[in-house]
Amino acid sequence: MLPTSIPLDYYLILSALLFVTGVIGVVTRRNAIVIFMSLELMLNAVNLSLVAFSSFLGDIAGQMFVFFIMAVAAAEAAVGLAIVLSLFRNKQTVYVDEVNIMKW
Amino acid sequence: MCTPLIGLRAEPLATPIQFVYLAAFISLPLHGSLAVSLQSLLFAVFAIGAIASAIATITRKNPVASAMTLVAHFFMLTGLYLTLEAQFVAAVQVLVYAGAIMVLVVFVIMLLNVGRESQASGGRPLRTTLGTLLAVLLVGMITITLAARPTGLNQLAANATTIGTTEAIGQSLFTTYLFPFEAVSLLLLAALIGAVILAKRHVQEG
Repeated sequence: MLPTSIPLDYYLILSALLFVTGVIGVVTRRNAIVIFMSLELMLNAVNLSLVAFSSFLGDIAGQMFVFFIMAVAAAEAAVGLAIVLSLFRNKQTVYVDEVNIMKW
Repeated sequence: MCTPLIGLRAEPLATPIQFVYLAAFISLPLHGSLAVSLQSLLFAVFAIGAIASAIATITRKNPVASAMTLVAHFFMLTGLYLTLEAQFVAAVQVLVYAGAIMVLVVFVIMLLNVGRESQASGGRPLRTTLGTLLAVLLVGMITITLAARPTGLNQLAANATTIGTTEAIGQSLFTTYLFPFEAVSLLLLAALIGAVILAKRHVQEG
C-alpha cells in the first residue's frame, strides 16, 4: 500500500493541508492568542515545503530560508504577544470581535 | 533515499534518522517485509500526527490545550524534517518553536488568565464560512494540480544528508548568507525593543 520512498508531492500536499488548517483557525477563532498559534501553524507548513524542496533538489537555500523564517517568527511572537498584552490591559479582552474601535 | 538500516550506507557517521529507522526496525516484529518501507511508515505516522495535532490546536476551546497540542505538532514536524535528512532544522525546530516561542505563548495565556472561549454572540459570520470554503478550495486546487502534473521527484537528492548538517548550514550562513544573517540580528533587536515598549506599563509622570 505504501510506496517504498515518499515522493515530493506527498510532502507538498501535507504542507497544503497544514497551511489550510492554520487559515481555518485564523478565520474561525475569536481568541487573539489562538489566532496567533494558527499563524505559527501556517508558517510551519511553509517551512515544511521549503525543507522538502531543499532535500529533494539537493539545494541548501531552502533550509537557509527556514532558518530566517524561524528568526522572523521569533520576532513576530515577541511583538505580537506584547500587542495582545497591551490590548488586554486597555480593553480587558483578548477576543478580536470585541475589539472593533477601528472598524468603520 | 530509502535507508532502512544503519550501516548500509557508505558514510562513516550515522544521521539521526538512521537511529530512528534502527529503533523502528528493532521494534517491528514483521521487519523482514516492512524494512524497505520504513521511511514511508514513519512519514505516515508523523504526517497523520501533524494533521491531527493541527486540527486539535484550532478546535480546542481551552487555549492551554491548544498550546499543548501545538507543541505536539512541532514535534511531529521535527520527525518529518528528520525523514528529509534535515537534522539542523529539526534541532532548531525543537529549540526555537517548542522551546522559546511556546513558552512565551503559554506565559501570556497564564498571565492574562484566559478562560475557555465562548461562542460569539452574533452567531457565525459570513466571512467565517466563506474563508473556510476558500481555504478548502485552495488545498483542493493544490492536490489536483499535483495529481495532474506530478513533480517527478521520488527520491531525496544524493547530497541530502550532507546539506542538512550544522557544518554545511553554518558554512553557508557565514559566507553566502552573511548579510541576511546580520539583518536578522538587527530585526531581533528591533523586536526586542518593540516588545518591551509595547508591554511596558505606562507610568504617569508628575
